[in-house]
Amino acid sequence: MTALDGNEMVLNMGPQHPSTHGVLRIVLKLDGERVKSTDCIIGYLHRGVEKIAENRTYTQFAPYVDRMDYLAAVSNGLGYCLAVEKLLNAVATPRAQAVRVILTELNRIASHLLWLGTHALDIGAITPLFYTLREREAVLKIFENYCGARLTTHAFRIGGLQYELYEGFEREVESFCGQFLGKVDEYEELLSGNRIWRERLRGVGVIDAATCKQYGVTGPVLRAAGVGWDLRKAQPYSGYEQYEFDVPVRTSGDTLDRYFVRLDEMRESVRIIRQAVANIPAGPIMAKVPKVIKPAVGEAYVSIEAPKGELGYFIVSDGTTQPYRLRVRPPSFVNLQALGHMAQGALVADVVAIIGTIDIVLGEVDR
Amino acid sequence: MATVPWEGPIPDLLRERLGASVLETCSYLEQPFAVLTREAMVPALALLRDEMGFDYLVDLTAVDYPKRTPRFELVYVVYSYGRNERVRLKAGVGAGERAPTAVGVFTGANWLEREVLDMFGIEFAGHPDPRRILMPEEWSGYPLRKDYGILAMDNGWVQANLGIESGQ
Repeated sequence: MTALDGNEMVLNMGPQHPSTHGVLRIVLKLDGERVKSTDCIIGYLHRGVEKIAENRTYTQFAPYVDRMDYLAAVSNGLGYCLAVEKLLNAVATPRAQAVRVILTELNRIASHLLWLGTHALDIGAITPLFYTLREREAVLKIFENYCGARLTTHAFRIGGLQYELYEGFEREVESFCGQFLGKVDEYEELLSGNRIWRERLRGVGVIDAATCKQYGVTGPVLRAAGVGWDLRKAQPYSGYEQYEFDVPVRTSGDTLDRYFVRLDEMRESVRIIRQAVANIPAGPIMAKVPKVIKPAVGEAYVSIEAPKGELGYFIVSDGTTQPYRLRVRPPSFVNLQALGHMAQGALVADVVAIIGTIDIVLGEVDR
Repeated sequence: MATVPWEGPIPDLLRERLGASVLETCSYLEQPFAVLTREAMVPALALLRDEMGFDYLVDLTAVDYPKRTPRFELVYVVYSYGRNERVRLKAGVGAGERAPTAVGVFTGANWLEREVLDMFGIEFAGHPDPRRILMPEEWSGYPLRKDYGILAMDNGWVQANLGIESGQ
């Protein structure tokens, strides 16, 4: 950071500040109330996940990925399993794929719900958090019934699933979907038409499509900037090509449009879940994969559309039971880099809105 | 690695423009990749972006092979929204050698290169902000190098900053 002139001041935001959604420290250089530059200090949650991977077997490492984006542990697990399966040249069974899609989309809803509640809280609307956590609870209950865990689920195994569906799974999922769309409309009633909400978000933290591509920004942030790109459509995995759904797109690239994109994504997730849960194929839940996972020498990059954007795994195998190198391409880390651009010239109070709207999880930024 | 040759307009363009700097164009598990010299990496990224529409730098990372020369391999993943294709570019970098920065081609390379510097100690020539990113600035050692043990620690840093006398 360059030296300050007489009118400038430096404000230290975080690391222990609720609006940074974890332990993120931002050094803001201000001119009056306007942000001149930002410097993100990250790494407070660095646990060396990639190093740990090199010292665990493929099977042992699977639970660790849940602890990166802990709000979307199911997505993390799906990406990891797909990457290892790619190296093994294995494909999960149709039944496992359908269950994976259902749980991953439920997780997308849960992740977006927590985002919506906390983002609204940051902006000053306290009420939505209570509603969104109520609905999220229903999703977590399904996870708990399925695998015993609510947050760090470790729901999938390399080659398929560990557990068969429990009695009543389809009914519970269907009943959640049935009432949830009405709840999304309720959030809209609370927020979308609310003048304070709109004025507070419109035109704040604008990022256009070209800048998104320059930074490698993906996920809802990219889609709110007019690029209808979603890996589930562009390069379908786990059978997403069988389901009918739309990719919500908005064009102004501001905080308000990112809010609308995520709301619509929750509705689309419900559409996918309903199609999947109505047609879960019968059959085994595990493909034929060896008991000891030992991929041939080689490397692969596999990515999925996580709730926050493109989540990628690059794995190098040296033919042993442990990855030689495992790299995680975290959407939060890459998206957070665009904060400096989005906050340029913004008011200090808007920085809070912008951090919220990127939807970062520091566990994933720092890994 | 049981690779097959990678044929098509992209490897042709790379070979035509960059000549002998393109060491290998292969595909493994239907994922194409090219191995280049480190000097050719940034021109290759610009070439693929401008002429083939690879406008998204997905990832940039490194792998440490202590027994190889050059020791490190930089791995760049690029994607084209228009073609819906993904390509991996790789280049070797020796210990103590610097790789040219890709920030001029993709702004997003900034933090990714900082992470490679932080974890592997590979410096990028011309990087606008060459600081560590995840580890503390004063930390010594590069955690993702193969000779850095999983329990290794900068004991001096731990003693000085965390107040733990043993430094563990």
